[in-house]
Amino acid sequence: MTAAVEIKDVAFAWRGRTKFSLAVPAFSVAAGERVFLLGESGSGKSTLLSLICGINLPDEGEVVVAGARLVGMKPAARDTFRAENIGVIFQMFNLLPYASPLENILLPLSFAPVRRRRVKDDTAEALRLTTALGLPEELVLQADTTELSIGQQQRVAAARALIGRPKLIVADEPTSSLDASAQEAFLSLLIGQAAEADASLIMVSHDRRLATQFDRQIDLADIALVTRGGS
Amino acid sequence: MLLRLAFKSLKSRLLTVSLTVFAIALSVALFLGVEKVRTGAKASFADTISGTDLIVGARSGGVQLLLYSVFRVGNATNNVTWQSYQDIAVHKDVDWIVPLSLGDSHKGFRVLGTTTAFFDRYKYRGGRDVTFTEGRVFDDLFDAVVGADVAAELDYAPDDEIVVAHGVASFTEHDDKPFKISGVLQKTGTPVDRTVFVSLEAIEAIHIDWQGGGRSQNTISADEVRQMELTPKAVTAALVGVSSRLKIFGVQRWVNDYPEEPLLAILPGVALSELWSLIGVAETALVGVSVMVMVTALLGMVAMIFSGLNERRREMALLRAIGARPRTILGLLTLEAALMSLVAVLLGVALLYTGLFVARSYIDAAFGLYLEITWPTTREYLVLATVVAAGTLVSLIPALRAYFMSLADGMQVRN
Repeated sequence: MTAAVEIKDVAFAWRGRTKFSLAVPAFSVAAGERVFLLGESGSGKSTLLSLICGINLPDEGEVVVAGARLVGMKPAARDTFRAENIGVIFQMFNLLPYASPLENILLPLSFAPVRRRRVKDDTAEALRLTTALGLPEELVLQADTTELSIGQQQRVAAARALIGRPKLIVADEPTSSLDASAQEAFLSLLIGQAAEADASLIMVSHDRRLATQFDRQIDLADIALVTRGGS
Repeated sequence: MLLRLAFKSLKSRLLTVSLTVFAIALSVALFLGVEKVRTGAKASFADTISGTDLIVGARSGGVQLLLYSVFRVGNATNNVTWQSYQDIAVHKDVDWIVPLSLGDSHKGFRVLGTTTAFFDRYKYRGGRDVTFTEGRVFDDLFDAVVGADVAAELDYAPDDEIVVAHGVASFTEHDDKPFKISGVLQKTGTPVDRTVFVSLEAIEAIHIDWQGGGRSQNTISADEVRQMELTPKAVTAALVGVSSRLKIFGVQRWVNDYPEEPLLAILPGVALSELWSLIGVAETALVGVSVMVMVTALLGMVAMIFSGLNERRREMALLRAIGARPRTILGLLTLEAALMSLVAVLLGVALLYTGLFVARSYIDAAFGLYLEITWPTTREYLVLATVVAAGTLVSLIPALRAYFMSLADGMQVRN
């Protein structure tokens, strides 16, 4: 089976503003694997996730996601590829405030026709996911997105990442806005649903205690070399 | 989906969006309003006099003759002798003729000596008659008819006595021969409103004991003058009706070639459009100003989109992460602008027609400006479409900025 993510000899530098470059000689995630990436802020974790998602391209090296080379793709094809194959959860500001929770969950489907075809009845599927993630139905169907608590917003974001069964879920500090008691619960639900969808999961966090439910724990400092400042 | 998002995004910023939309709507209404007033004024102007085929006066410029004979602006350089007037009147193709004798005034309003035929022959706004709100035409030698503005400004009613001043701006008055108002005219929106009408004989009568610029020693009383021969020696100008439209040019040529005296005959329509082309600069300025207002409103929208851009960077980054192309973000922003412009244009049109509907009769009564309520013209439709297109187009500037910002930001917003 092809690996979910395969990174080889990648080098990347942010242009202009800050002098920041990242080099990742090798990193891979097997299909269905749950990987915990430990990284402090400024360790290059967001940059690495940007590269995996194909939002930014490496200056050198290869990023292969689900068997597809991101480097060779045209920008539009790469955007569609991301929509089809990757579900993303951020630390905060996950949702469009003006769209309803349900619309937020269904949003990726409008960019991903294959993922859409996998979902028979989109509202029902959205509700199945949110129920599994512990959100009351009326909250999804009737509440305004701005009325949701942060914990509820993260669950909506998780449902959005999971809908249509993408191959890879990328989570960037998804629990650090939650209080400690909620973190474990949220993570269990997320991991459970990712497993049910046969999706690989890459989560970045600075909190080592959250690593217990993952297959593998990697310190970002071990795989990535960050250089900054000076010219 | 994009349309839905654009709509919801706008709805979430209801206050700023509606203010922006309202500003554009007002500018659209202003532009259309100016356009209506412009065409209305032009039509009203062209309708100042109708039913008259030729205006005859002493030889000068066509516009000048029109100005003093119809608009009562300026003075005639010369008069038409009574003999010439009679010759024109008996010309075989002349159907009717109305003399106009100008030169005196009453409290800033011009006094026009004419015959009662004036009220039958003078038409405005495509053949409308001059009618009386009170009283009737002058009957007695010292009767006067006043226009609507004269009556309103000086608070005159039939049977009031008035005194005519000699000349246009002088302090010498014909106070020995006062007039009595016999009738008040309906508002017409033409210079008729600002005119005091007396009979041609009355003009002769009040000047009978004048010599040169002043009163002579041998005064003649108002009663004595009634017994005298009051045929004028000259008139200022004359309105002429020709028996057939085909004969108009023939009579015009005949008058212009009249051997006894240098005369000029003009077609009122031609002279009116000549005059309008002179004051048409104001028209262009008006259009220019309303276009500027519209540009300002559209710039306001661009400024609003720009100022919202920074707040929306996270939204853009999020959309990108979910799989939206940068082009989709460009599309979302331009679609929002297009929606705003479209709603603004529709609102502007609604505002204009509501305004027209409410204010029309007032405008007609107050300014004599008749505004027709018609569907927008092709030109106006074109302008409306241009506003929507321009609004969409200028929004490309902030949208392109968002496009490049979302490319540079990637998945995270870095401040």
